[in-house]
Amino acid sequence: MSTNKVIHALYNDDDVLMDAVKTVKKADHHIEEVFTPFPVHGLDKLLGLERSRLGICAFLYGLTGLSFAVWMTNYMMIEDWPQDIGGKPNFSWILNMPAFVPIMFELTVFFAAHLMVITFYMRSRIWPFKEAENPDPRTTDDIFLMEIPVHDNEEELTALLNTTNAVEIKVIEKH
Amino acid sequence: MSSHYEAPIREPLVLGDKSYHDITLDIVQPIEGKANKNWYIAFTIALVAFLWGIGCILYTVGTGIGVWGLNKNIGWAWDITNFVWWVGIGHAGTLISAVLLLFRQKWRMAINRSAEAMTIFAVFQAGLFPIIHMGRPWNGYWVLPIPNQFGSLWVNFNSPLLWDVFAISTYLSVSLVFWWTGLLPDFAMIRDRAVKPFQKKIYALLSFGWSGRAKDWQRFEEVSLVLAGLATPLVLSVHTIVSFDFATSINPGWHSTIFPPYFVAGAIFSGFAMVQTLLGVMRKVTNLENYITRLHVEYMNIVIILTGGIVAVAYASEFFIAWYTGSPYENYTYMSVGAATGPYGWAFWSLIIFNILIPQVLWIKKFRRSFIVSFLVSIAINIGMWFERFDIIAIVLSKGHLPSTWTRFEPTFVDVGVFVGTIGFFFVLFLLYARTFPVIAQAEVKTILKSSGENYKKLRDGNNEH
Repeated sequence: MSTNKVIHALYNDDDVLMDAVKTVKKADHHIEEVFTPFPVHGLDKLLGLERSRLGICAFLYGLTGLSFAVWMTNYMMIEDWPQDIGGKPNFSWILNMPAFVPIMFELTVFFAAHLMVITFYMRSRIWPFKEAENPDPRTTDDIFLMEIPVHDNEEELTALLNTTNAVEIKVIEKH
Repeated sequence: MSSHYEAPIREPLVLGDKSYHDITLDIVQPIEGKANKNWYIAFTIALVAFLWGIGCILYTVGTGIGVWGLNKNIGWAWDITNFVWWVGIGHAGTLISAVLLLFRQKWRMAINRSAEAMTIFAVFQAGLFPIIHMGRPWNGYWVLPIPNQFGSLWVNFNSPLLWDVFAISTYLSVSLVFWWTGLLPDFAMIRDRAVKPFQKKIYALLSFGWSGRAKDWQRFEEVSLVLAGLATPLVLSVHTIVSFDFATSINPGWHSTIFPPYFVAGAIFSGFAMVQTLLGVMRKVTNLENYITRLHVEYMNIVIILTGGIVAVAYASEFFIAWYTGSPYENYTYMSVGAATGPYGWAFWSLIIFNILIPQVLWIKKFRRSFIVSFLVSIAINIGMWFERFDIIAIVLSKGHLPSTWTRFEPTFVDVGVFVGTIGFFFVLFLLYARTFPVIAQAEVKTILKSSGENYKKLRDGNNEH
């Protein structure tokens, strides 16, 4: 199929959009994308999006940070250059460990937070100098846009969308 | 409409007859409009104070720390007082954005953006003081665990001062990232509205090309939640570690196990006071009275009463324990009969009056909901919390173990100048922020409009009255 036609259906209310998504899903059409000005609750479930795994990532990154802190304090304070600081045990990491708890905690948070956010930016493809990809500038204000690919069924889709209280329906050739 | 239900007994958080588009217009209005005269006056004053501060910092670095009022016994005074004061102020921002997010408090959405901005700008000021106090700020990187010219003599991980380095830098960078991620959709909104090409370019750059796909939003919410979960223990750890600077020492008056929780409560107390101070002015100047309402002020005042109460109980127990030990050394700590009647009695009583007595008026509902009373009380708390840190540091150090070492701390004009300079710097940043950034998280406010907006609530309540 060589056609790159898509239909953009624009809505001005989140509840109307949710009903429209339900209608389109019921009629067995594929919804390519939905652009919204704010997070609409339950939309991801309705679209069948999988749960985000960023939380799991953050946990693993946190473990990395914790391990790094353990390695660093052990290497610097115990192995490489042990010093006598107020008689604290400089020959054993585990005995000196209580003094390292703040460092271990902070590095856990540091790694988890920053690496998770970087992962989020990479996965969602957002970074400085990235061009925005929302098809209509109003979708960051108060317009909700649903994008449906057309496979020789333009009229059927338009008719269906007309029943969903869309404020605008546009057929667009994507390049 | 059932999914937007909220109990009618709850007061609306967004006043007036607003649509989604109205929220957009209200938030962009200070950015797209022109600054008024008051803004320019305030900015000029702040800029002058900032420049004066830069002059004093250059004088300090050029001549040496001797230009401060420090002496042999009082080795740090104003600088560490200001450091702790500024870090403390920062805490409210994270509390509002992270802790209240975990507790699903919708009222945070009107104030979290500005409170986080305040956090970041305040932590900037805090970070300046230890760096200036180094005397040779260009060697500041020596606090990092990096191999160096001494053949890798590493930093001391046993020291609470190094814990501070890690805590403050983690706190600053995580707060910044949390704030910026929340800003992306709002920058995108301004970008898509901008008509001037330069403005459009700038906001396109700032928004990182945010497009608002369903999947982006899902990740956005997940990231916000996890960051809030990380920032909550982080914010508690930061002031805990700041209090370790004192608590792990062996000075009477500092060597106190009550310090960590009491410092954290004090930090939130002072931070909320600063939010009240800033927003009390900002809601007027930027015409955002419909978003930052009496209800928001009242909720913040309730947090102030709670944390102020914790601080008052901590003072009482410090005072009691100092007396109860019967130790003569304890009689000269910052919370003791000796302090109340000694040469620093004025500082002691300033603390009691500004921090404990004045905030008690907030128990009265009428005052708690009054903008002008809240503003005045918040100023009092800002002063009181500064005195708390000054008392802990200067009073304790002024009376050492040997009476022959007893001395006083007198600030010089440079001490005062650097402090005034950081206040100026803070307001320069905040005023610039108020003119160029979306000061309310508009995307988030839009999500609660249908449940907590005045017009929607009226509509719903009207339908239920049969």
